[in-house]
Amino acid sequence: MSTGTASAGQISGTRAMLRRFRHHRLALAGTVVLVLLVVACFGATWIAPAKQGVQDLALGPTAPSWAHLLGTDELGRDYLSELLYAGRMSLAIGFFVAVVATVVGTAVGAVAGYVGGVVGEVIMRLTDLFLIVPAIAILALALNGLGSSPVTIVLVLSGISWTYIARVVRSQVLSLREKEFIDAAKVTGTSTARILVRHMLPNLAGIITVNISLAAASAIIVESTLSFLGFGVQPPRTSWGNMLSQASGLVGTPQVYLLYFPGLFILVTVLCVNFIGDGLRDALDPQGRQL
Amino acid sequence: MTATGTRSDALVIDRLVTEYPIRGGLFSRRIGTVQAVSGVSLRIPAGQTFGLVGETGCGKSTLGRTVVRLVDAQSGSVRLGDAEISSLGKSAFRSVRRRIQLVFQDPYASLNPRLSVGAILAEPLIVHGLHTGRRQERVRELLELVGLDPAHASRFPLEFSGGQRQRIGIARALAVEPEVLVLDEPVSALDVSVQAGILNLLDDLQREFGLTYLFIAHDLSVVRHLSHEVGVMYLGTIVEQGPVDEVYENPLHPYTRALLSAVPIADPRIERGRERIVLRGDVPSPANPPSGCRFRTRCWKATDLCAAETPQPRLLDNRLVACHHTD
Repeated sequence: MSTGTASAGQISGTRAMLRRFRHHRLALAGTVVLVLLVVACFGATWIAPAKQGVQDLALGPTAPSWAHLLGTDELGRDYLSELLYAGRMSLAIGFFVAVVATVVGTAVGAVAGYVGGVVGEVIMRLTDLFLIVPAIAILALALNGLGSSPVTIVLVLSGISWTYIARVVRSQVLSLREKEFIDAAKVTGTSTARILVRHMLPNLAGIITVNISLAAASAIIVESTLSFLGFGVQPPRTSWGNMLSQASGLVGTPQVYLLYFPGLFILVTVLCVNFIGDGLRDALDPQGRQL
Repeated sequence: MTATGTRSDALVIDRLVTEYPIRGGLFSRRIGTVQAVSGVSLRIPAGQTFGLVGETGCGKSTLGRTVVRLVDAQSGSVRLGDAEISSLGKSAFRSVRRRIQLVFQDPYASLNPRLSVGAILAEPLIVHGLHTGRRQERVRELLELVGLDPAHASRFPLEFSGGQRQRIGIARALAVEPEVLVLDEPVSALDVSVQAGILNLLDDLQREFGLTYLFIAHDLSVVRHLSHEVGVMYLGTIVEQGPVDEVYENPLHPYTRALLSAVPIADPRIERGRERIVLRGDVPSPANPPSGCRFRTRCWKATDLCAAETPQPRLLDNRLVACHHTD
């Protein structure tokens, strides 16, 4: 336990963190790919080879070529362009679900864990309820009733996934609550709110980042599943999920390969997000190895 | 309780009782009570050190935690100078809080690993609105005060050794400029070579700031080095208290005698010749303490009287002893 960074001299926490993150190769690769993907999707208006939804019925379905890198669909639309436009919806849903679910889940879990008592019990029984109900069925039902606007989809997906974060955060807070440095903060006179924010939150940073990535990744997947079932993003809006769903109609035709492209985009995005989450978790731990 | 004349007392503890519930069964019902502290009284004159010794589990740490209000007292009172603090409401206590601070036993657990040392030391200043505008400067002063390099404020606890961390813990306690420090076994988690450094630091700080210490320890020699008065605790009660030299040289309570006979003497001739008291059995469960004198189950002097009647502290040879058989 002697001074570990004696040779490195004085380094600030943030810089040490960035350095640990840079040395996490998968996380770094994931960041690069995800950034490219995000730029390509949200800059699709300028980057994509074709405008959104431009049909060329005379052309019809074609195989990948230099003119159309991923080929065209049965309406003659450039498939790569369509995927980039659709990505905006999928990425935005993943992002917003992760943010909403994490903020709500962390707040609820932290309060349930720290305050405990009846409040904590009630909150945890509520999250148990969310765990035992078949999520997809509930989601489908809810979206059927509320309509499938993007905002509703984000809210409904968040409504399911905050409970996971709440549970993880609560269990972590329960163990942190017994730590001596929390007692020390109390003796200092630190308020409960400040203890939660200043002392608990930094110690939760690792699991929270992992959960942000998990929630984002699962939201993208669940949205795809829902779209596949017809309850997700509705045409004319497009997402990777409903493109996948539409392409599934091509099974048995020569264009069946179109099925793989949205799937590939989803896979790559989810992988990148998970790698970044891993890298951030390690980087946020000051006890992680110093590189 | 000891006759200390007119000197002003910084900390007065009167018949303090602290209980923990034992929970179990369905819905965590309360199925019993552990009385960790059972009516402890002591007073510490300003600028002095009271050493509190006893075995693990005797309630000495709980006493310390009750005094700083980490645990609520069941009954009794704690007076800090002229302020009665055990009955104050949470918000009223906040204003008194900075007058009494606690130094924790384990310097590895008591510092938040995610906060830099600077942030740890600045927190008390922020919470109490002290040194606004010159907090970084004050943090450096504090580090210097406890013998650390002020340039290390941006480092994290894991970059320090155990002894250095305990210095940080002491600096944190001093940040709010308290009158009384409760030292909960501040050196027992440290290497022997480091202990002396911390004890000397505490000694210097007491002289410099006129601090009053409640020094809790299980190591008798450590207590002797620093204390003016000493109290020996057994199963939630103080069995003997008085001036440190008198208690150490002529212990009156059987338990004190047993404890002191276990301390090795660095002279083989004396060590060979002296009486050695080895206690029978284990400390009884505090959830179900013996009737009368709590020490009687392990005492070689115990009689029927000890089981029937709880011995009250009596003034004897300049100290208080709670025993029926002090001849």
